[in-house]
Amino acid sequence: MTSKRIGRVMALVSAAALLAAACSSPGSSAAPSAAASVAPSAAASAGGSAAAGDLNIVFIPKAVNNPYFDAAAEGGEKAATELGGKFTQIGSQGSTAAEQIPFIQDATTQGYSAIVVSATGADEVAPSLKAAKDAGIKVVGYDSSPAEGAYDVFVNQTDFSLIGGAMAQWACDLATDCTGEIAILSATATATNQNAWIADMETALKDPKFVNLKLVETVYGDDDATKSTTEANGLLQKYPNLKVIVAPTTVGILAAAQVVKQAGSAVKVTGLGLPNDMKAFVKDGTTPKFGLWSVPDLGYLAYYVAAKLVTGEITGAPGETFSVPGLNNDQPYTIGEKSVVILGPPFEFTPENIDQFNF
Amino acid sequence: MTTAVTTSVSARGRTVLSSFVRWETLLIVLVLGLIWVGTTVSPVFLTPRNFTNLVTAVIEVAIIALAMTLIIIAGEIDLSVESMAGLSCALLGFLFAAGIPLEVGIPAVLLVGALGGLLNGLLVTRFGLPSLVVTLGTLALFRGLALGILGPKGVTGFPESFTSFGFGTVPGTPIPWPFLIFLGLALVLGIVLHGTWIGRQIYAVGKNAAAARYSGVRVARIKLWLFVLSGVVSALAGVILTARFASARADIGQGMTLTVVTVVLLGGVNIFGGRGTIPGVALAALVLAILGNVLRLTNISAEIQSISVGLLLIISVVIPNLAHQAKSAMDRARGGRRTSAGSVGPGEVVSP
Repeated sequence: MTSKRIGRVMALVSAAALLAAACSSPGSSAAPSAAASVAPSAAASAGGSAAAGDLNIVFIPKAVNNPYFDAAAEGGEKAATELGGKFTQIGSQGSTAAEQIPFIQDATTQGYSAIVVSATGADEVAPSLKAAKDAGIKVVGYDSSPAEGAYDVFVNQTDFSLIGGAMAQWACDLATDCTGEIAILSATATATNQNAWIADMETALKDPKFVNLKLVETVYGDDDATKSTTEANGLLQKYPNLKVIVAPTTVGILAAAQVVKQAGSAVKVTGLGLPNDMKAFVKDGTTPKFGLWSVPDLGYLAYYVAAKLVTGEITGAPGETFSVPGLNNDQPYTIGEKSVVILGPPFEFTPENIDQFNF
Repeated sequence: MTTAVTTSVSARGRTVLSSFVRWETLLIVLVLGLIWVGTTVSPVFLTPRNFTNLVTAVIEVAIIALAMTLIIIAGEIDLSVESMAGLSCALLGFLFAAGIPLEVGIPAVLLVGALGGLLNGLLVTRFGLPSLVVTLGTLALFRGLALGILGPKGVTGFPESFTSFGFGTVPGTPIPWPFLIFLGLALVLGIVLHGTWIGRQIYAVGKNAAAARYSGVRVARIKLWLFVLSGVVSALAGVILTARFASARADIGQGMTLTVVTVVLLGGVNIFGGRGTIPGVALAALVLAILGNVLRLTNISAEIQSISVGLLLIISVVIPNLAHQAKSAMDRARGGRRTSAGSVGPGEVVSP
């Protein structure tokens, strides 16, 4: 009997220790990763309602501890400092709607003045974002758009219609004489962005100037390093005459470049990647060129847009204009159709310019 | 013969029950502790809206965990539940897009859930294959079928009446609709497991399948029906996910199985079968719901959240074992003393 009680006490103590460990962590463990870091003051006042001009903005990316979203968070934090607002980033490690929705719902009850979100699934997150809007919270989409009507403004990283064409052009540039087999290594089979870009690229490839480029297969690495590596290896084995792998995802392009380099293959890799990931491969010729946009600027612009919505400077209606210091060549942005703001054109990284970037 | 064994099984069931009431007490303490932490760290914790949020975040997991509880008590496991939920979601979307009304589509996907469960059950019972292997196979198979049916595209445009079932609450209360399904299912399965001969046979199968078979329990039939139940319940969870996400996608539910098993084990169900209760699992689901909510409300980093859930799972498996070992050791020590005192023999003290 006594021993049973001891067992129970032990269990309780362990549970208490677990809780204590879980609750005392923000100060101690968050520092190394920008994504997980929390403005210390944000949590304290998160419960208060947001008065006009009280900027308490939360970023909910698809996944935290992801270098891409860490870079966007840097820009968001910079904007928060300039505007005297608060910046908080929350989110899960996985990038599924099932994991993201609870964060949106809990951010809603906490009364942030604006939610800046990269949608894990456009339609899945829409009901919870609409509930946030109903509660008086401004909703800004960035990186990956929620369904129409579920956001006030969507900040698009670039003109998406230009990405597919740019990728087709890069593949053409990297395949000798713009001739031969190319393959695509994408993220998940259901990823909104990637599917749109791939569709655009397929359309672009119909242009007569790409007539000798043959897209042999699209494979999915699920934005998982291991699976992407396996799929890239599979492409090399299946298509001995392959010239170029196009990976419109930061995880995929890195995996493909590593596989190609290890195999000593002459296949070139291009697509969308992070400059820090790709520096070595750009210099050794595996990935002579690839593209993206300035990710910190994306977070910076998203925070500014959210702040302007909170203060009432803009409402998100198409046709409204506003300025953000240092962006768009200091020209005003115009909110376009479907309340979309475009950061700028896609940016091409080459051996000449890659060293200027650090994200 | 049969009566004798059944009686002894039920007697053992009762001692098992009474020992696990204590595990449930521990879970209640944990729930109260978490509520205290929640109210301390966040002013919104005790709001009705937050109750809705924390319940909906785990509702599909909790519903599947109820069926999983019975399967694990019977000494088997079903790893295919998340893919069955995904298949159900994809199929519902496919049927809806083809113009078939939800009144027909929902029963149809539940039937497919039953058939998928039947497949699992037949492979396990007829061919004597380990359920771990069989359901690992159907985990891939069902997901593949889901992707085949719907492809990478999603289906949206479900009627408001359906989506509000997933996202809305019972008017005037903070109770989400799917929570009622959970309560109903918990009640029914709780009564079946703890109050009927079927439940006693499920425990008997999990304790010792051979002994149960020799004493007249139709082991294969019980296992078969449990897999069918698991398939239907997983398909139901897929329908709820579709409503809550207001869209159908083939990749929905990925990674859910691990959380379901976590809840079941945290609820005090023995992974080797033969022990566990529905109230324990329901409490464990509540623990997970509140823990997740509190961690989110305090903006604790994702690593810590992941670590907490992992630790919780390990603790829930280790603590009962440690307690059992400690008890055995103490009993041996006490037994030795008492023997020297000449009062009680060691055999009588050592627990089964």
